[in-house]
Amino acid sequence: MKTLMLGNEAVARGLYEAGCAVVSSYPGTPSTEITEAVAKFPEVYAEWAPNEKVAMETAFGACLAGKRSFCGMKHVGLNVAADPLFTIAYTGVNAGMIIAVADDAGMHSSQNEQDSRHYARSAKLPMLEPADSAEALAFTKAAYELSERFDTPVLLKMCTRVSHSQSVVETGERVEPPARPYEKNPAKYIMMPGYAKLRHPVVEQRTQALADWAEDCPFNRVEAGADHSMGILTSSTSYQYVKEVVGDKYPVLKLGMVWPLPSKLIRDFAAGVDKLVVVEELDGFLETWCRELGLEVEGKASFSLIDELSQNKVAAKLGTAPEAGKTLETDIPNRPPVMCAGCPHRGLFYTLNKMKLTVLGDIGCYTLGAVAPLSAIDSTICMGASVSGIHGFLKASGGQMDGKTVAVIGDSTFMHSGITGLVNIAYNESNATVIILDNSITGMTGHQQNPTTGFNLKGDPCTKIDLESLCKAVGIRRVRVVDPYDLSQCEAVIKEELAAPEASVVISRRPCALLKYVKHKAPLTVDAGKCVGCKACMKIGCPAISVTDGKAGVDATLCVGCGVCQQLCKFDALQTGEEV
Amino acid sequence: MDTKNIMIVGVGGQGSLLASKLLGRLLLDQGYDVKVSEVHGMSQRGGSVVTYVRFGDKVYSPIIDQGEADFIVSFELLEAARYTAFLKPGGRIITNTQQINPMPVITGAAAYPQDLVDQMNKAGVLVDAMDALALAEEAGSPKAVNLVLMGRLSRYFDLPEEAWQQAITASVPEKFLELNRKAFHLGRNS
Repeated sequence: MKTLMLGNEAVARGLYEAGCAVVSSYPGTPSTEITEAVAKFPEVYAEWAPNEKVAMETAFGACLAGKRSFCGMKHVGLNVAADPLFTIAYTGVNAGMIIAVADDAGMHSSQNEQDSRHYARSAKLPMLEPADSAEALAFTKAAYELSERFDTPVLLKMCTRVSHSQSVVETGERVEPPARPYEKNPAKYIMMPGYAKLRHPVVEQRTQALADWAEDCPFNRVEAGADHSMGILTSSTSYQYVKEVVGDKYPVLKLGMVWPLPSKLIRDFAAGVDKLVVVEELDGFLETWCRELGLEVEGKASFSLIDELSQNKVAAKLGTAPEAGKTLETDIPNRPPVMCAGCPHRGLFYTLNKMKLTVLGDIGCYTLGAVAPLSAIDSTICMGASVSGIHGFLKASGGQMDGKTVAVIGDSTFMHSGITGLVNIAYNESNATVIILDNSITGMTGHQQNPTTGFNLKGDPCTKIDLESLCKAVGIRRVRVVDPYDLSQCEAVIKEELAAPEASVVISRRPCALLKYVKHKAPLTVDAGKCVGCKACMKIGCPAISVTDGKAGVDATLCVGCGVCQQLCKFDALQTGEEV
Repeated sequence: MDTKNIMIVGVGGQGSLLASKLLGRLLLDQGYDVKVSEVHGMSQRGGSVVTYVRFGDKVYSPIIDQGEADFIVSFELLEAARYTAFLKPGGRIITNTQQINPMPVITGAAAYPQDLVDQMNKAGVLVDAMDALALAEEAGSPKAVNLVLMGRLSRYFDLPEEAWQQAITASVPEKFLELNRKAFHLGRNS
């Protein structure tokens, strides 16, 4: 049946059809929907792991046991999982294993713009790169064949525009490959030096065999063009932009396997055209390879290392971009993302800003606590860096910053990689105060369950990890819980914990306001007679509140009655709404 | 047929994903190649969001660039004004006149521009502006703005209302079906 599917849904469909049995992932935009979609098939065991390293090792264990397995993550997640990645490249697989990594050129929802293709080359693993949903489905199925044939995990490289674009796919039936028996094989699966030394040559031979196979594999193809003054080497979404611009004018070498690369195919293609042009997003990965082959090539000199490409960016070099439409002379104010009305993070960040604390931040919706008027965050690096970072910050400050510095981290991020940082705080004794923003869900990526929520990926009740007990168990004696809607309680407790002469954890607990089970109160109303237009209520940056003509107004379609703004009003102008 | 381009723009959380789902379904049913590109993650949190819908005999790029859009359907007035450069000559903006203040306006760092519909008209931008919120409320819920705007968009397509209503039936959960069908009808016929 022909249907429209997101690239991510198409990967999930490919996993299902190929008989994948075990999926373990950690959510991360733009990869999340692969695992959410595959979890809907009862034939597939699927879970959210606490982080990408655990997910990859789980998927490896599953393939070792003889069933086809999968793990998915965003580009920065692959950094977390890089440790197993480089060594399962040595062991190879038993049943097939696929690792999907989704890059985010343009940083729609990421902290950097890294190009994950480098991982394929440095870990010596084959990497397939689909250009639309139909290829995402087909490549996923083919990746298992490749994995089992060449005894290797296979990287499936997605990107925002492939993951989050719907295009037409034709679905097929599921196959159930027989389980491959597990056989003890120390020389293959125990990577201590004596065995690993024997495996490394196997890896190099495999890469050569894959490179030979790539020369006429079904993933790479030459599309003819009448004008041989130029030939274009490209892949993924860049291929789509190229075809949009040049159509059938120039020959195109479209790569679906971006590592290892087919040297002869590329050389022959280059020999048939006057000029070789490489069109690729982010780094000059294919271009570098062409240069290593001794080919003259035009690449990053024409197409930026920065941001995603588009048809107009390609047209500017290879064709003619259309003229832009008319624009207004008026300045159009930006509309940056904001914390939602009723977001439990708002009250907490208001308090941190008010207390003028130095705040080491982390990755999640709460990164928006950095934005004016809350302006409460000093640093954001990666998952877990707040908890580890505050320890170093305080050690270096020789007590000067004790009592003035906190780390903030979400519940899911804390489970991902905050725990080890907290162990370090307890073990190496810094006087850190760590605030866990427990909104009972993984918010930023669109409400995924995590080990602290009491539900698993399939929505079934499961073991709920108790944050208070966990923090105490790693050696933190002072653990407090506050309600971020209660500003005076928040401030009092944070003050006490900052003053305490030892490490502490404050859990700021209130579920995400967007969760369906959260009951909202009636929208607040403004008593215009009492409002003096002082704008104190504006200090929390709530999108539901505005002040026009000297009076505050509350947008009843947005307000959820959280009451945080009421606590800032000295004139009692913000009134609790009447429940309907 | 050359590829046609529809952009759906608005504020994160306004329901543009349902509109693009409906269009995707409708156009696929008409036998076109279709691509729909969405935004997930950070920018959904009350930020400016864009969805691209492209259809034709063969669609390559999943996104729409400046100078390419046949239609921009905007859920909010400022967002309509933000994307005028994406219109092709003869392209048209269909916009809700509802105004939602962005954070720089809320904090007083910027002002919400006045008379945007007039300004667009003056600049030679083809605009079809309507109070979609009022019609959505008439249909039964302010959340039905998306279907009101789809109704208005449908006026520019040479397709019977029945084809659209079929796509709505295929895209909307049963319990919201009547509301959405009504909102679409009001947008198309008011």
